[in-house]
Amino acid sequence: MAYSNKVLDHYSNPRNVGSFDQKDRTVGTGLVGAPECGDVLKLQIKVDPVTGRIEDARFKTFGCGSAIASSSLATEWLRGKSIDEALAIKNTSIVEELSLPPVKVHCSVLAEDAIKAAIRNYQEKQTADEKETVSV
Amino acid sequence: MSIKLPIYLDNNATTRCDPRVVEAMLPYFTEHFGNAASRNHPFGWEAEEAVDRARDQVAKLIGASGKEIIFTSGATESDNLAIKGVASMYRKKGDHIITQITEHKAVIDPCKRLERDGFKVTYLGVDKYGRVDPQHIADAMTERTILVSIMTANNEIGTVQPIAAIGKLCKSKGVLFHTDAVQGVGKIPMDVQAMGIDLLSLSGHKMYGPKGIGALYVRKKDPRVRLDAIIDGGGHERGMRSGTLPVQQIVGLGVACELCREEMPAESKRLIGLREKLREGIMGQLSEVYLNGHPTERLPGNLNLSFAFVEGEGLMMGIKEIAVSSGSACTSASLEPSYVLKALGVGDELAHSSIRFGMGRFTTEDEVDYTMDSIVREVNRLRAMSPLYEMAQQGIDLSTVQWAAH
Repeated sequence: MAYSNKVLDHYSNPRNVGSFDQKDRTVGTGLVGAPECGDVLKLQIKVDPVTGRIEDARFKTFGCGSAIASSSLATEWLRGKSIDEALAIKNTSIVEELSLPPVKVHCSVLAEDAIKAAIRNYQEKQTADEKETVSV
Repeated sequence: MSIKLPIYLDNNATTRCDPRVVEAMLPYFTEHFGNAASRNHPFGWEAEEAVDRARDQVAKLIGASGKEIIFTSGATESDNLAIKGVASMYRKKGDHIITQITEHKAVIDPCKRLERDGFKVTYLGVDKYGRVDPQHIADAMTERTILVSIMTANNEIGTVQPIAAIGKLCKSKGVLFHTDAVQGVGKIPMDVQAMGIDLLSLSGHKMYGPKGIGALYVRKKDPRVRLDAIIDGGGHERGMRSGTLPVQQIVGLGVACELCREEMPAESKRLIGLREKLREGIMGQLSEVYLNGHPTERLPGNLNLSFAFVEGEGLMMGIKEIAVSSGSACTSASLEPSYVLKALGVGDELAHSSIRFGMGRFTTEDEVDYTMDSIVREVNRLRAMSPLYEMAQQGIDLSTVQWAAH
């Protein structure tokens, strides 16, 4: 199977590999996939508390080249976006940008799932914080 | 060191045709192009002579007689002919076949088809090294058992089966024994007499011969094995396989067999050396690397390793100048990881992380060194971006994590 140049580029020079402190309340973590399925994707966002925008994103991925490229691309797209803008990222845009073949579409689905999971985690933290503030 | 890229380390899939084989074949395209079945002119006689010589060369490599060799299009056809041919011929005697779950699809699928036609097939499990226990075969035998089919060596993990013990067992029970010896012939010593083999499949292109040619050894005495043909026509190959003989392919197979017989002692020693160098080099520099298959009872040139926390296809992409293969689902159309690795009890995660290195006659030590360095570098790079590696480093037991399977 031939990979697109964009997949090869993200695979060879992945953007934003790494981790944030999961406990940080401005950080949202999404962990999707399963080792027995051959893909696990951890995606984290760090949200600016003042502007509410995603100031940074990080990923770590266990998977094929397309899974690595999809997550790397997702972190690039997330930076600078508001939560609502981030939620609007669709897997089909990833497929298009990376020219993923049909057999690799699930990699892009996983990346979209990871974005949503990271945002959900971030939002849960904020709600929990609000509850704490109320109870004090 | 000078290395020509890409490097070919997929010799369990196919091998480069030896230039000496090609050279021997060439005259049979243009000069000696006769039909081996033409009995009435020198063109036919020449072709027939060449075929007979090749038949003897093939036979000699496995301790058989030339008269017991049936030429086929390849090992898939040989396996089909052996299994379906015996099933059809011996149906009155019985309807039970014993094989194992790690066989090649060329054995499994004919067995599945026979099951649809009313035969009963036992698929035996294997131990953690991929070996079948002859006692399990004995236990599975019934009065209706007509055939045992166990491969000589596995194409993915390289494990060599206790063929002589199985042959002896089958002989004592009066059950025919077929072995798919595609990976074994030419690589390890094979002797149909000493090993009690009644039917043996082999393939040209796995042993530095041409593609499109294979053979089936069919025992002629003690017992005389009979087969119902699959392909009917002009009655070639003692009626067991009709079709004009591809003389140039047959000549190529014959020479390939002769070269293997002559060079096997030195070649297997050299390949075991390269294999162990690669294994020790990789395992010495990387933690959590696991050997798949048997540590010693394995093909000289086959090394199958699982690199924990790294996905196989992802790793192959990082070493794309080296041709290897992986048991990862992502490399197959089915998206299922290797059924062979699963049969060993290797977890799905490690099956996804496996790489098969297949060294052969043309593999050099420089290529092995280059491969070792590339693998170590890429596995380290990919582990640094693996969430599983990170979790393992933090002391998290990955088996206790609730994964959101997709």
